[in-house]
Amino acid sequence: MASSLADLRLLPDWQGKSLELVLEDCRDLVEDTDFPTVRRWREAGGRVVGHFQVYFPEEIAHAAGTLPFKVRGAPIEPTRAESHFGSYLCSILKTSLELVLSARVELDLFVTHPICDAARNLAGVWGRNFSYPCEILYLPQNANSSYAAAYLRGEYRRLLRTIEAVTGRKVSDAELRESIAVYNENRRLLRALYRIRREAPWLVSADEAYVLVALGGLVRREEHNALLQYVLPLIERRSAKKQDRIRVVFTGGFCEQPPLDLIRTVGRSCYVVDDDWLIGLRWIVEDVPLEGDPLLNLAEAYLERSAFSPVQHDLRKPKEEMLLKQLREARADAAIITAAKMCEPGLEDQVAYVRALDREGIPYFVSEFEENMVSFDQLELQLETFVENVLFD
Amino acid sequence: MTVPGHELELVGRGNREGAALFRKWFEELTAAAAEGRGAAYVFVMGSLAELLRTFDFPLVFPEINSLQTAVRRVAHEYLDQAESYGYSPDICGYVKADVGVQLRGGQHPMGRIPKPALAVYTNACNTYIKWAEIWARLYQIPVFTFDVPGGRSAGYRSAPGDPDFENDRRYVLGQLGELIALCEKVSGRRFDIDRLRECLHYANVLQRGWQRVLELNRSKPSVFNALSDGTIYLGVANGFRGTAEGARFFENLVEEMSYKADRGIGTLTEELYRLIFVGVPCYPIFRRFNEFFTEWGGTFVNSTYLWFASGGAHLGFQYDLQRPLESLAEGLLVTVRAAMDSMFFQTEALVEMIDLYRADGVVFHPIKSCRTVSTGLADNRRALLASRDVATLFIESDMMDRRVVSEAQLKNRVDAFFEGLAARKRQAAAAC
Repeated sequence: MASSLADLRLLPDWQGKSLELVLEDCRDLVEDTDFPTVRRWREAGGRVVGHFQVYFPEEIAHAAGTLPFKVRGAPIEPTRAESHFGSYLCSILKTSLELVLSARVELDLFVTHPICDAARNLAGVWGRNFSYPCEILYLPQNANSSYAAAYLRGEYRRLLRTIEAVTGRKVSDAELRESIAVYNENRRLLRALYRIRREAPWLVSADEAYVLVALGGLVRREEHNALLQYVLPLIERRSAKKQDRIRVVFTGGFCEQPPLDLIRTVGRSCYVVDDDWLIGLRWIVEDVPLEGDPLLNLAEAYLERSAFSPVQHDLRKPKEEMLLKQLREARADAAIITAAKMCEPGLEDQVAYVRALDREGIPYFVSEFEENMVSFDQLELQLETFVENVLFD
Repeated sequence: MTVPGHELELVGRGNREGAALFRKWFEELTAAAAEGRGAAYVFVMGSLAELLRTFDFPLVFPEINSLQTAVRRVAHEYLDQAESYGYSPDICGYVKADVGVQLRGGQHPMGRIPKPALAVYTNACNTYIKWAEIWARLYQIPVFTFDVPGGRSAGYRSAPGDPDFENDRRYVLGQLGELIALCEKVSGRRFDIDRLRECLHYANVLQRGWQRVLELNRSKPSVFNALSDGTIYLGVANGFRGTAEGARFFENLVEEMSYKADRGIGTLTEELYRLIFVGVPCYPIFRRFNEFFTEWGGTFVNSTYLWFASGGAHLGFQYDLQRPLESLAEGLLVTVRAAMDSMFFQTEALVEMIDLYRADGVVFHPIKSCRTVSTGLADNRRALLASRDVATLFIESDMMDRRVVSEAQLKNRVDAFFEGLAARKRQAAAAC
């Protein structure tokens, strides 16, 4: 990577600022649909690898000196993208394309994944509209095959070749290991943030935690790490009182993201002690080994040391059992079971979740959302009623 | 003019035999259900029928069961039942109709569907995977995701010998061994490689025949309607893959279509416009939907449906019987990938199809139920129009749910499309 890019800071200055001011800046950045950090990076001559939800091995793009950018839609009107799609589709597909058609974001490579029937079409759609490479990364769908890790290593090697062609330079194993180390640190910090949420959720609200995680998809991880290292101790020292709220796990935000205001609305009446928002940024749950073959290590981590979501089928992770485990580990009183509108995997798993929660006698609240929704009054009212029922049952 | 007796017997034979085979198939499934035999639940894109038949599993294709409920106009009863169970109106209608069938103990308009002993499915459609998870919950059966990596981007396909192809092939072959072990466990039978050879041989005949039948429709007039007749043939291509009956059916069908092509015998429609269909048929009004086009003299000469819903059989892939497992792995990789590519990266294929089949227009029919097929169609149409001066029609409805099928609106759009086609013809004639 050119030294000018290595020294480039994409975030506004945060050193020495109060926690509240830093969080405000973070929120502004996450809500800015012009993605200024990506723009700044590109203006400085950096390459951008856009990857659609849910999981992407960012370490590979990072080692090549690019900015991995998480393509996760945005709360914008898909005025240009609308005519590229039919009806009955989730919003994130359209708004993600809108971001590039409207030149809010410019990419050098776009990668999508076979996470759902709609998303796997994106490589075709984008490829017909842009001259840069647009492709599918075939993450293994048979996670239980003993051949899956070796296959995925080969697929990562193929991805690396594509990225090398974009940047025009080879990536060494040593560079891959350095990037894995950066991401291991990032994973450690994010786990620490989530630990605070589970143990003292009054110290950090759900929407504050969300923006801190979401920043990771917008900047190089070294910078994200430095910010988290600064912010986490401030959060732990915060003087906030525990309130009489129920503890909930929020699920359904693994791909299309609920609006920040929706998260804030939920956070007003509940402590959200765990969730699946941007789960791809937190997919690998332990350190990836630095010794040995770095691509194989990443492949094995994806399969063997990872979270769960409706878009990964793994016989070892029945979705409803995983949710119950999550609820137990977070000591949650209830679950908020949502799905983005028209999201088939999310809607399908709702049925399994609800039946398992009924069986276990765990209260739950079911809802749908869309990233573009702006009115939350009705939701807030229903949620308050639900919370009262749980509190006074 | 007197029609020769053998012509009377030959022309239309494929449709008659196809319907008879279908009845027989469902009679056999009903008998299997009565005997309590567990079936292998499979899907059209990569059914692995060639392998599963060697273990004598009755094969159930839930997609075909579901579309049959729509064709027989009772889909809404099954959809309602699944929605009452908790499934959203916004998910795949095939899944919901099948949930309805399962909740009714297998009761189906064509007979009774046996319960699954296992489910085997590729990743060609993500909904296959979510669907199998439902059966695993209902019946606690083993489910096997047979992962076949598809094409990564438009215009590039790795070939044998390429590192990327070999990486995919090793993965597919490895899974084949794992699936065989599972089938042995579930069926209690040892794998018989000679039976596999036999099934692969029949599949070879079928795939060769399927490819040839599609080629013969380049004739003018076309020898079958890809939307109506083609769906019957497609059903046989899936339900009887790897069997002697399936092989014989396609040998006969090639004979029939060759006869028609040689003598200029077309379909019942007086062919004025040759069309290509892109998407999934509108099964809730299957016959009427086709009539919207045939009444104007339009006939469908080919469709992407006949490619992807045959699991890529249109390639006519031939298994090497000397190395059956390796060849099956390669065949799966090549054909299932082709099925996926014909949904996700189809623009170039459509351009070629327009030329080869001398098509006048392309009908895009995205549906609510199937995002796999439908998501990219609007953009694909834009790309096609940018590269070709061809008439296109874009109409949306569904393959299962009559609540989103507006017959009058569809007809208006189709009528306007044909008026445009007629104007194009007049202009072309005037320019000559």
